[in-house]
Amino acid sequence: MIEAYRRMRDLVGAEVLGLLAFLVIVVIAFSLATPRFLTGENFGSIAFQLPELGLLTLAMLVPILSGGLNLAITYTANFCGLTLAWILQVHGGVDAGFGAFLLGCAAALAVGATAGLIMGLVIAYVGAHPILVSLAMMIFIRGLGEFLTRGGDISGFPDFIRPIGHGSVLGFPIPLLIFLVAAAIWYIMLQRTRHGFSTYMLGSNLEATRYSGIPTRRTITLIYTLSGLMCAVAGIVMVARFNSVRVGHGDAYLLITVLACFLGGVDPFGGFGRVLPVAIALLILQVLSSGLNLIGANQHLSTAVWGLFLIAVMVIRFGWQRLALRR
Amino acid sequence: MTGADRDAAGTGVAAPAVSFARVSKAFGGVRALSDVSFEVLPGEVHCIAGENGSGKSTLIKIITGVYQPDPGAEMSYFGRRVDSVTPAVARGLGINVIWQDLALFPQMTVAENIAFGDILGSRPRLVHRRQMRAKAERVLDRLGVSLDLDARLNTLSIAERQIVAICRTLVGDARLVFMDEPTASLTHSETQSLLAIVRKLSADGVSIVFVSHRLAEVLAISSRVTVLRDGRKVGVYDTEGMTQSRLTELMTGKTFDAEVISGDRSAERAVLEVSGLCRAGEYEDIDLTIRAGEVVGLTGLIGAGRTELGLSLFGMTRPERGAVRLNGEPVSFRSNRDAIAAGVAYVSEDRLTLGLVQPQSIADNVVLPVLGKIVNGLDLISTGKKNDLVSRWIRELNVKVGRPEDPVSTLSGGNQQRIVLAKWLATEPKLLILDSPTVGVDVGARAGLFAIVRQLAAEGLAILLISDEVPEVYFNADRIIHMAGGRFIASYDPRALSLAAVEKAVYA
Amino acid sequence: MRRLLTSTEGRLTIVLVIVCAILALASDQFLTLANFSNLLAASAVNLIFAVGLVVVLIAGGIDISFAVAASVVQYLTVFALQAVGGGNWAFGFFFAGIIGIGLGAINAALIYYFRIISIVVTIATFNAFFGLLMFFTGGKYIYDLPDWWTHRIVFFEVKTPSGWAELTLPGAVMIVAALATWVLINRTTTGRQLYAYGDNPEGARREGISVGAMTFIAFCWMGMMAGIAGLMQVNFVKEVVPNALLGRELDVLAAVVLGGARLGGGRGSVLGCVLGVLLVAIIQNGLNLLGVSPYAFKMVVGAFILFAISTSNISFRNLLGGAAGGRRA
Repeated sequence: MIEAYRRMRDLVGAEVLGLLAFLVIVVIAFSLATPRFLTGENFGSIAFQLPELGLLTLAMLVPILSGGLNLAITYTANFCGLTLAWILQVHGGVDAGFGAFLLGCAAALAVGATAGLIMGLVIAYVGAHPILVSLAMMIFIRGLGEFLTRGGDISGFPDFIRPIGHGSVLGFPIPLLIFLVAAAIWYIMLQRTRHGFSTYMLGSNLEATRYSGIPTRRTITLIYTLSGLMCAVAGIVMVARFNSVRVGHGDAYLLITVLACFLGGVDPFGGFGRVLPVAIALLILQVLSSGLNLIGANQHLSTAVWGLFLIAVMVIRFGWQRLALRR
Repeated sequence: MTGADRDAAGTGVAAPAVSFARVSKAFGGVRALSDVSFEVLPGEVHCIAGENGSGKSTLIKIITGVYQPDPGAEMSYFGRRVDSVTPAVARGLGINVIWQDLALFPQMTVAENIAFGDILGSRPRLVHRRQMRAKAERVLDRLGVSLDLDARLNTLSIAERQIVAICRTLVGDARLVFMDEPTASLTHSETQSLLAIVRKLSADGVSIVFVSHRLAEVLAISSRVTVLRDGRKVGVYDTEGMTQSRLTELMTGKTFDAEVISGDRSAERAVLEVSGLCRAGEYEDIDLTIRAGEVVGLTGLIGAGRTELGLSLFGMTRPERGAVRLNGEPVSFRSNRDAIAAGVAYVSEDRLTLGLVQPQSIADNVVLPVLGKIVNGLDLISTGKKNDLVSRWIRELNVKVGRPEDPVSTLSGGNQQRIVLAKWLATEPKLLILDSPTVGVDVGARAGLFAIVRQLAAEGLAILLISDEVPEVYFNADRIIHMAGGRFIASYDPRALSLAAVEKAVYA
Repeated sequence: MRRLLTSTEGRLTIVLVIVCAILALASDQFLTLANFSNLLAASAVNLIFAVGLVVVLIAGGIDISFAVAASVVQYLTVFALQAVGGGNWAFGFFFAGIIGIGLGAINAALIYYFRIISIVVTIATFNAFFGLLMFFTGGKYIYDLPDWWTHRIVFFEVKTPSGWAELTLPGAVMIVAALATWVLINRTTTGRQLYAYGDNPEGARREGISVGAMTFIAFCWMGMMAGIAGLMQVNFVKEVVPNALLGRELDVLAAVVLGGARLGGGRGSVLGCVLGVLLVAIIQNGLNLLGVSPYAFKMVVGAFILFAISTSNISFRNLLGGAAGGRRA
């Protein structure tokens, strides 16, 4: 038994096992509380809700690993969504063709990447603090969006984009598939590519990494560019899900993504953290929220529970370390 | 007045500032100190010498109350017997330590750093700027130093910060000051002015206990030296008539049986050829040739421009004039990536912050400069290739590691330095620059490191060995270049000159 | 003069003067007492937050939860005042201050006793405070407030050709809060200890500064200022809305960091807070006077901050030094 545990721990890591245990506890608790919890319908709704937050969390994860933060993610996603929406509107709104959609997606990705690139350049070459840079970028993008939309929203898109937000393939919701693909790409990037390797190393010690011949400035610039690109993907999915775009959609997600990263064991100072535990942390958050929803609480209570849950996990981790030290 | 004071006054011999006897300290099963006695006289400059792990810092921590000695120790401060001390009590008695990392506050002003006691204690809890400035000024005057009281500490040089740290101890009327490696990052002239301050304090009756690994300084400044080895006291010696080699012998317990390995490599092919290299304020008119299989020792006092030259050869900074050729090809590095690609490796003197990414794993540190070698056809990192590379170099350099996945910070200094070598050797360099490679490495481990260096040279690598310890270059290099003020001023052949002659030329 | 150019506060002052000069030339309403008093009143709540936040930043922490904490304080104060039958300003300040300190103490306790870093704690409490507030209030607004609370109090007023210039309660409280913070961090030993602790925690511990005390003082001061800011915000808008202050935390953080506070501790000043908050407010005010669409304000402010950090941090030695340099904060 202990041997099996050891082998599992070596395979997936202690934090994954811990989070899975939390997940199991949460699932059991809600299953006992309401019969509607362990149903396909409920898990279906979780599968549709998870991706928006999930994609944004992936966008937040990599900057945190590098010892920074990207506070502009939600508004970058918004703005990328707006870009897509405008292009669709120019090409006839509801009657826009598929070509226009592809063009819009390309433009959205370009906009997201540009926003990230600018932040990355300022952080890498000027040496300004990522919190300050991304905060300024957030204020700017939010302002730009508000200025261009006059605070209103854009809606009326062709029908064929609906499935991106609501459709399924072989029973798997398309947004979930998009998230899984994105998470897999992130996983490969972080575990297997030179860029990912460098991200962890410079997150721990920038100068030592530079002395070892890693182009740290280029790496930092790329980190934020990719973060912006992932925001664009999130923005596109949000357009398809809400069938409208408006500045401020999903801005409550901003701090939740940071919360999910910390819950997933990412080191707030950078250098350590993996995709899999963060994905499980996301699942826990979503299960908590849908479970609470089923027993009659609203989204706000979920938000509160998420916060309290993070505190509980951090306190447990603290106790665990104390215990490990004493042994 | 206590009895002891009166006696001292009566006989004309002052009571010792501290007098410790039968001090032992064990941590778990490890004995850090056994039955050590230690005494410092008022106004004396006393030195504690010993290798890493000899018990120096344990002894300091016991005297300053950070650790409690094991039962049986006799302690007295200024003639008064004491049963146990806490850091606060020790400070109250006038015992102060200046740690190597200084514990200063970089964003605060000089005055605040010096008169820090005012920030801590005074009641009512109000800050009296004028009073603080006056205190700071008084202490600076006493030392005969002038510093801008309102300057932020982080605008000061390391040497000036050192002075601020000394001033802080003097505000509290220090009677005994411990200085832990105070000159480690000072230039030669800065060291001289620090030593002048130490002498001044000593003349004022303040006792100074100096811990330094630079034996020349130890002998120059102190009147007596206590030598520790493996937690035991070897003895107390007058520095009058003491030589560095005798002191080394006492510290290590071994006679220095190192042999000159120097040989003539002038027939070999030149790997590095530098001519007329300049970078204003750092180095000037550098001409240097290093041949295959040759170890060139570059020595000189700190601030001579040695590290700056090394960094330029490694592509971290760009020379303003001059030419560099590597294997006959002219090269000009835009960054250290170009240098690494061309076959230059650089082992930094600052292993903690520049040499290794401390919290990350041993394996990751080894492969960091050679990521290109462990990727597969899709440019993805191959775990198999990575493990092969890591285990090969760990084996080759004989590093004792638990698991390659453990953080590199769990290794000892000597083994960490082997990992640094491993990661650079993995790049298959043609020129290896070693900048003070033995800082924080014990003597035993040093011998192992240099055995590797010789082996590498024998395999045809060109090596530039930078060190401010003359014996290190004397016994490990084929020839020695003496650098001062950014220029090469002399070249010595270890076969033709004695160690003492070279030391005299460099340290003079 | 050298200090003026090298300190963040000095550079910010110069920028502020230039911006003011341009606006004064562009609009004849800008440089009037009436406009200035408007500006002050509009910045009052943010500045009270800012002087609280700067104390936390100086001590090396960060707080994301203060703005929603202020909303929590508003609701709890309403209930507490109902319990004492309406109360008056003394009760108001007392309750808001105490509840704010309590919320700050929650953050401090989690940081100190469980060794969790402040950004993690305050992001968690941000969600917990806001979620619980929305859950228990159901998002309902409160208009039925005691008269004294929403009554406009004017300390003095002057009639000028361009309108009334006046000092109202939020403005006066803002001045008191700024002065009190200034005294705390500059004139008391506790304040200097906060700087020292934020600057070099290990060094401070070795010198005998209490880590627990520093954590609690910084976060409770922040909490108290958040409570008072909440109280003043109600006086200004005359209603209690649960999500009215949501998002304010990042605006204030940007202004404070712009004003020279260092993320990572040891640096920051009340003057910097004032300049940072004022600069943002003046740009908005100026754009307003110039007839620019209100929707463009945020965009300009964001672009301005981005521009400011991109230029202010450039070390010219690094630019000229080629491959050298490039250290990240």
